[in-house]
Amino acid sequence: MSKQNSQPQASKAPSIYPAKLKTQVAMIFLAILAFYLFSMFWTQNQMTGGFNNALSNMKQVAEKFFPPNTSVVSNVWGPLSQTIQMAVIATTVAAVLTVPLALLSARNITTSKSLYLSVRTFMNVLRTIPDLVLAVVFVGLFGVGVFPGILALIVFSLGILAKLISETIEAVDMNPLEAMRASGGNTLQVIFYGLVPQVLPQFTSFVLYVFEINIRASVVLGLVGAGGIGLILDRELQFYNYPNAMAIIIVIFFVVITIEYISSKIREALV
Amino acid sequence: MAEYNLPPKTTVSWQKRIKAVFIALAVVALYLWTFLGIDIEWGRAIERISENFGVVIPKLFNPDWAVTREVTAKIMETIFIAFAGTLMASILAVPLGFLAAKNMTHPVIALIGKWLLSANRSFPELILAILFVAAIGPNAFAGVLAIAIHSTGMLGKLYSEVLESIDMQVVEAMEANGANKIQILFHGVLPQVIPEFLSYAIYRFEIDIRASSVLGIVGAGGIGTMIIFASMNRNWNEMGLILLAIIIVVTIIDTLSAKIRQKIV
Repeated sequence: MSKQNSQPQASKAPSIYPAKLKTQVAMIFLAILAFYLFSMFWTQNQMTGGFNNALSNMKQVAEKFFPPNTSVVSNVWGPLSQTIQMAVIATTVAAVLTVPLALLSARNITTSKSLYLSVRTFMNVLRTIPDLVLAVVFVGLFGVGVFPGILALIVFSLGILAKLISETIEAVDMNPLEAMRASGGNTLQVIFYGLVPQVLPQFTSFVLYVFEINIRASVVLGLVGAGGIGLILDRELQFYNYPNAMAIIIVIFFVVITIEYISSKIREALV
Repeated sequence: MAEYNLPPKTTVSWQKRIKAVFIALAVVALYLWTFLGIDIEWGRAIERISENFGVVIPKLFNPDWAVTREVTAKIMETIFIAFAGTLMASILAVPLGFLAAKNMTHPVIALIGKWLLSANRSFPELILAILFVAAIGPNAFAGVLAIAIHSTGMLGKLYSEVLESIDMQVVEAMEANGANKIQILFHGVLPQVIPEFLSYAIYRFEIDIRASSVLGIVGAGGIGTMIIFASMNRNWNEMGLILLAIIIVVTIIDTLSAKIRQKIV
């Protein structure tokens, strides 16, 4: 009897979501849509000729960029290796500097709450500034060259690394550390034999990840005068030399892909 | 007489040793190449910083409040660019994410999809912005397109990973009960992935706010336009206010986004 009754009910099963949630979701959806339409309107406002004009224009410009002028490729390797060298130096320096900062901003290592909070806040503020903005400021301070670029990369990657690594440190198993402390190990011994083995694989993986980010960031640093391949790209663009610029962009693309591939393979092997 | 039993030393196979030596050599070679190749002009950098430090730093910490209105307008434009770009990307990335997920399509298609997405990701936003500025002129919409395309690559990859980690038993059970593809999609797959999709899209918005604040450097709208002018005119008071505005906006959006994401997942 009951089986037969359940048959028609199943087709008219009440919704599993309460009506209140539905209206809430609808309101949020509408708000997002409205904000989106407004954003689209605003950002297209300064466009001359509207959207259709832009589309036809895009086709014309695509023709200007192609075919890329491959003869510039031989001049690219110098600045390109400079770009990679900048990323290597910045990543190394940041990896070294991040150790004390990460320890200071890990809740389970730094027991002084005010110290932990102030380091953390400082790192949070540091992380909000985009790398290129840092580069603009450092170029203003140190003049055009490689040095401000490296400095911008160091500061930027320090923010990311310190956060990632302090989170890893906070997630370690504290039992071995306590056992060491209980059997008379001093702070340094506890860190070296209890903490380091637990954190090292993650640390290496994060450093490689930041290296990938730095490679991508250093490619464009030259646009603001901070060294690397971006400088020649900027020059070609300023002379509206689009085929040359396209060749440089393609080289950048392949180098970034290759380095990312190698780095991700190493990271897979590590973790 | 106390006798200590030390744990036995771990033996390392010779293959591993050779591998370790090779890695060490590669790292040493990389550093040699780097430090011999790079040419940092220390003399000039030190000379400049000794000239500039006393001038620039105090100005940076003494923002020029007179341009507050302009900075507010530009930072709003930055938010619009990031929002429009992220929303476009978060929708475009859904089909691409499905294409690149191993358990949703043919493995070969999934592999091709993954390659396309990673190729897309490797174009830095600013390079894309340069291309779009050349194509549709120096305006904010070029920035929107650059953000949208770059974020699509990243989000598509994250979406495909979410899809690959879903509980396939639900899908199989529905298949066994005779549900068609669309029913499986709407009742089996989407309910499992929507919270994480949303969470990643919101997280991407955080990143895109930072990204869109520098797009103006190549002419693609937003606060970056003011950054590049302030630095060209060496107007460090104005730069101070711009930095302050970026820090405030990014902090607010990061905090909000973290709160919302905690609630969703």
